[in-house]
Amino acid sequence: MRNAFAAEITELALADDRIVLLSGDIGNRLFDTFRERFPERFINCGIAEANMIGVAAGLAMNGFRPIAYTITPFITTRCLEQIRVDVCYHDVPVMIVAVGAGLSYASLGPTHHSCEDIAFLRALPNMAVVCPGDAVEVRLALREGAKRTSGTYIRLGKKGEAVIHKTPPAFTIGKAITLRSGREICLLSTGNMLPVAVETADLLTKSGLSPQLVSFHTVKPLDVDYLADVFKKFSTIVTIEEHSRLGGFGAAVAEWLSDQPPQRASLMRFGTSDEFLHESGEQEHARHHFGLTAPQMAEAIERRVFGPIRLSA
Amino acid sequence: MDVEHMRRTASAIRQGVIELSHSAGTPHLGSSLSCIDILTSLYWSVMSIDPQQPNQPERDRFILSKGHAALALYVTLAERGFFSKEVLQTYNTDGGRLAEHPGPGCVSGIEAATGSLGHGLPLGIGMAMAARLKKSPTRVFVLLGDGECNEGSVWEAAMMAPAQNLSHLAIIVDYNKWQATARSNETLSLAPLAAKWQAFGWETHEVDGHDVGEITRILKQVPTNSGKPLAVIAHTIKGRGVSFMEDDNNWHYRIPSADEVRQAAKELQIA
Repeated sequence: MRNAFAAEITELALADDRIVLLSGDIGNRLFDTFRERFPERFINCGIAEANMIGVAAGLAMNGFRPIAYTITPFITTRCLEQIRVDVCYHDVPVMIVAVGAGLSYASLGPTHHSCEDIAFLRALPNMAVVCPGDAVEVRLALREGAKRTSGTYIRLGKKGEAVIHKTPPAFTIGKAITLRSGREICLLSTGNMLPVAVETADLLTKSGLSPQLVSFHTVKPLDVDYLADVFKKFSTIVTIEEHSRLGGFGAAVAEWLSDQPPQRASLMRFGTSDEFLHESGEQEHARHHFGLTAPQMAEAIERRVFGPIRLSA
Repeated sequence: MDVEHMRRTASAIRQGVIELSHSAGTPHLGSSLSCIDILTSLYWSVMSIDPQQPNQPERDRFILSKGHAALALYVTLAERGFFSKEVLQTYNTDGGRLAEHPGPGCVSGIEAATGSLGHGLPLGIGMAMAARLKKSPTRVFVLLGDGECNEGSVWEAAMMAPAQNLSHLAIIVDYNKWQATARSNETLSLAPLAAKWQAFGWETHEVDGHDVGEITRILKQVPTNSGKPLAVIAHTIKGRGVSFMEDDNNWHYRIPSADEVRQAAKELQIA
C-alpha cells in the first residue's frame, strides 16, 4: 500500500500543482521521485506532527491540496486537536494519510499500533474516513480524496499486502464494493483486513456456505443504502476490521442498526479488544491474539450460523 | 497613519471593547486591552489590506493566535471598516455570528478560527508557504500570548519557520507577564523570551508594546533582509489604558460594571 501511495501522489502532483506533500520525517527513499520532480512541493516537517497539521491547514486555506503523511498513531491521536480545529473546523481539503494502520507494525509495540484512530477521526465533523483494502483501492482512494473540498483520512497498512482487485473497480468514497455475491452471510471488510476477509470467505465456502464479500472501504460517510439492503437480504452481517470494536467500523454499523426498526439480519463484529498487546510478535501473531485470522473468524461465524449442535456433532 | 491618529484610534477601540465586555458579560478584558496598540499598528499602518476587498488573494494575513482577545479583534475590524459596527451589538447574543472566540469566516477579515492556544503559528507558516509557492507578496503576522507560549506546538512551529527561511512571516508576542491564573514567568520558565526566539533562529526585537510608532517601524521590516522570520517581543501591560485594570489579573475574568465603564471612558478620553 505504501508504494502505491508514493506512486499515486506523484501522478496526482503532476496533474495538479496544488498538491503539496508534507512528511513527518518518514519515508526515507519512498518519495525520491516526488522530491526530484516537485522539490518545492515536498516539505519534511520533522518530528512535529501538531505543527505539520497546522501547516497543512494553512496551505489548504490558501488554495493548496496538502497531503500530510506519517505513522498512524502520530498523525491521528497525537495531533487530534489540530485535525479537529485546523482541518475540520475550518473545513479545508487536507488529506491525512496514515501508514501502519491497526497491527501493521505489531512488532514495534503498542506505541506504533493504531486500533483507535477510526473511532477518533470519524467523530470529527467534515472528516471522511477511508480505509482502502488493497493497493488498488489506495490509488483510487487518493484520486477521489484529492477531489474533496473537506478533510479526508486515508488509512494505509504497510507494504507488500496481497492485491485483491485484478482490475480497478468503480470507486466512490462512501460506496461499498461487492467482490463476491452470496446468500445468508455477508462479510463487510474495511481496510487492510481485506485479504484476510477473502481467505475467510474461502474457508466458509469450503464449509458449504455462500458468503457475500464486500470491501467496505469507507467508514464515514457510511454507505447506509448498502447496509439497508444487506440487512434485509441476509441473516448474518459480519464486520471485519483491524481496529478496536469500540468506536470503529463495526461500531459505526451497530450505531446505524440501533436506529433502524428490527431487521432480519443479526450483526457480528470482528476487531481488536479493549487492551494493549503486552507481548512481542509479528502482525500475524497479533491478529491471532485478537481472533482476527481467517480460520478463527470462519470458525466463529460457523458457530454462530450453525449453532453449537453441529460443532459438537 | 500618523502616530497621534493611531493613539486616538487605539483609545476608541479600547472604549468599544470595554463597553462590549460589559453589555455582553464576557471576560478576557485584560488580555484584549494589552494587544490593542499592536492591532492598531498592524491594521492602520503595517498591513496591506483593503476592507472593501477582504478576500483579495495577495493581501497580508493576520492571525489572532491568542483567540481569547477576540473582542479586541472584532472592534478593530469594525473600526477599520471590515463590517458594520452594528454587527458588534450582536456579539455573544443567541444566534449571532460573533462568539467569544472567532469562528472560521464568521465576519469579513477573520483569517482563522482561534481560541484553542498554540494553533495560530503553524497555520501562519502554512499561509506563508502558500504565498511563497504562489510567488505572492503576501506577508503573514501572527499575534501570540505569553501564556500561549506554554504550548508545545508553538515551539514546533518556532523551529520550522527559520528552517524554511520564511522572511515574510512575523510573530508578535503580547508579553503582558500574566496568564489566566498566575504570572507567566512563575508558571513555566518563559524568560528569557527574546533570547529563546533568537536561539530558535528568528530575527528578534524587543519593543514597548504600547508604542505604536515603534511597533510600526519594526513590523514594516517584514520581509526581513536577514531572510529570517521576525519575532517581536512586545512588552505590554495587561489591562492597558485603564488605571484600575492595569496589571491587575482579576481583569482576566472580571466583567466591568456600568460605573467602571463610565470611569474607563473618562480615562480613555484623557489619554
